[in-house]
Amino acid sequence: MKFAWLDFSSKTSEVPGGMAYHSFLLEPITCHAWNKDRSQIALCPNNHDVHIYKKDGAKWTKVQELKEHNGQVTGIDWAPDSNRIVTCGTDRNAYVWTLKGAQWKPTLVILRINRAARCVKWSPKENKFAVGSGSRLISICYFEQENDWWVCKHIKKPIRSTVLSLDWHPNNVLLAAGSCDFKCRIFSAYIKEVEEKPGPTSWGSKMPFGEMLFESSSTTGWVHSVSFSGSGNRVAWTAHDSMIAVADGEKTATISSFVSDSLPLLCVTFITENSLVAAGHDCYPALFVYDAGKGSIAFGGKLDVPKQSAQRGVSARERFQNMDKKATSEREEATLDTLHKNSISQVSILEGGKSKCTKFCTTGMDGGMAIWEIKTLESALKNLKIA
Amino acid sequence: MARNTLSSRFRRVDIDEYDENKFVDDQEEAAENQGPDAAEVDDLIRQGDMMTAFHTALRNPPINTKNAAVKEKAQATVLRVLTSFRSSEIETAVRSLDRNGVDLLMKYIYRGFEKPTENSSVMLLQWHEKAFAVGGLGSIVRVLTARKTV
Repeated sequence: MKFAWLDFSSKTSEVPGGMAYHSFLLEPITCHAWNKDRSQIALCPNNHDVHIYKKDGAKWTKVQELKEHNGQVTGIDWAPDSNRIVTCGTDRNAYVWTLKGAQWKPTLVILRINRAARCVKWSPKENKFAVGSGSRLISICYFEQENDWWVCKHIKKPIRSTVLSLDWHPNNVLLAAGSCDFKCRIFSAYIKEVEEKPGPTSWGSKMPFGEMLFESSSTTGWVHSVSFSGSGNRVAWTAHDSMIAVADGEKTATISSFVSDSLPLLCVTFITENSLVAAGHDCYPALFVYDAGKGSIAFGGKLDVPKQSAQRGVSARERFQNMDKKATSEREEATLDTLHKNSISQVSILEGGKSKCTKFCTTGMDGGMAIWEIKTLESALKNLKIA
Repeated sequence: MARNTLSSRFRRVDIDEYDENKFVDDQEEAAENQGPDAAEVDDLIRQGDMMTAFHTALRNPPINTKNAAVKEKAQATVLRVLTSFRSSEIETAVRSLDRNGVDLLMKYIYRGFEKPTENSSVMLLQWHEKAFAVGGLGSIVRVLTARKTV
């Protein structure tokens, strides 16, 4: 029996401004990753699996379900050049998936952790990957040729709580980690078995494995997301106390922070060397601009093209009711006028890299994926100034 | 035998205190502020200089001290100032604060909500509305996430 309405291809809607919003499923998208040419996306629909969707004209069709994890998949990363997918989950495992013919085949990686894995990232050269976990440590995994097996080394000190987010420096050695102990840190993940000793960077020149080169002063919120800039000289992070900060390695790691009046931001990425896009519980991506000269961050604008909603007047009866119920006579918006209808949990760069991003993607708890074009945003929103 | 005759003293031990992985906040060497000068604030209220009373009350917030009495005293002083304000002047007072000031005010407001008295909630709600207009949801989030508060 074929149920016509169980169409697994997602619904796409063309939104004014040339941006696209795809509603994949009703469940939140826990995490996602794109392949090199952006024709395929791997995502976790809030369960133990990873679904791979392929772009089919204007639609997305599911091509495979990767079923191996015994717990929710919390992180996915797709290595663009070697075309391998790494996934990690609450079952304390990570798998490296390689394409054999048309099927993705998993290889288990023992992380030696006793709590859930929370985030995973391939290094720029794709010869290592890092996994952050609730065991208060980071597992740096690399492939050992002689044993034909992935092995891992731990970075433990001085992390004191769950590692929520990771991002690699372009030199393939330094790793930024944001954790629930309210700090953003930069560690060295130098593995002598797979690489040469790295040259000096703006964060330091001595980089033995596990060395901490930078630690932020405490904010009072869990650090949800970290991002190195394209050059690696700056690192930005967002925290749960509605704060976004940038540390500048070229200015002796001085920290500039922006205290926001909106809800906490869950994800952040650099789109140029000075500009950041961050999104979170307010359901829209926002632009922040870092001014190195002044050492400050400014809010650059809300990056969402609002729907043209009809402004109907408030009747006298409504005013009275509002006054009675809420002690205010203003009409409150009962619906969100943002593209995403729930918190945005992840942002990824599609085109242009972190230095000159032209397109980025957001996924959220509404099960939707939106693709944003910088050019379109710049022309639609008059005061946007991306530095 | 239904009665346990062995010692059950071990059940009163708080084992979380002995957990070596227990998270301990960084010991910052910030000054232990003793709260605003209550006498000075009272004087200013009596003179009718509400703005100065307001700013004085928000000085030296007892954030780093663990002494509950100090915090209670500071809370009472601030509450006295907030309830003595005229509704029309609240907005001007809030606008005279900087970012940190608004966050601090929010902390005191929520502290005030915890123990409502006769008229305090009404005034506090008015203060809350004006402070929210300036500080937004972020200021409320910072009240919730603060490790050390007033």
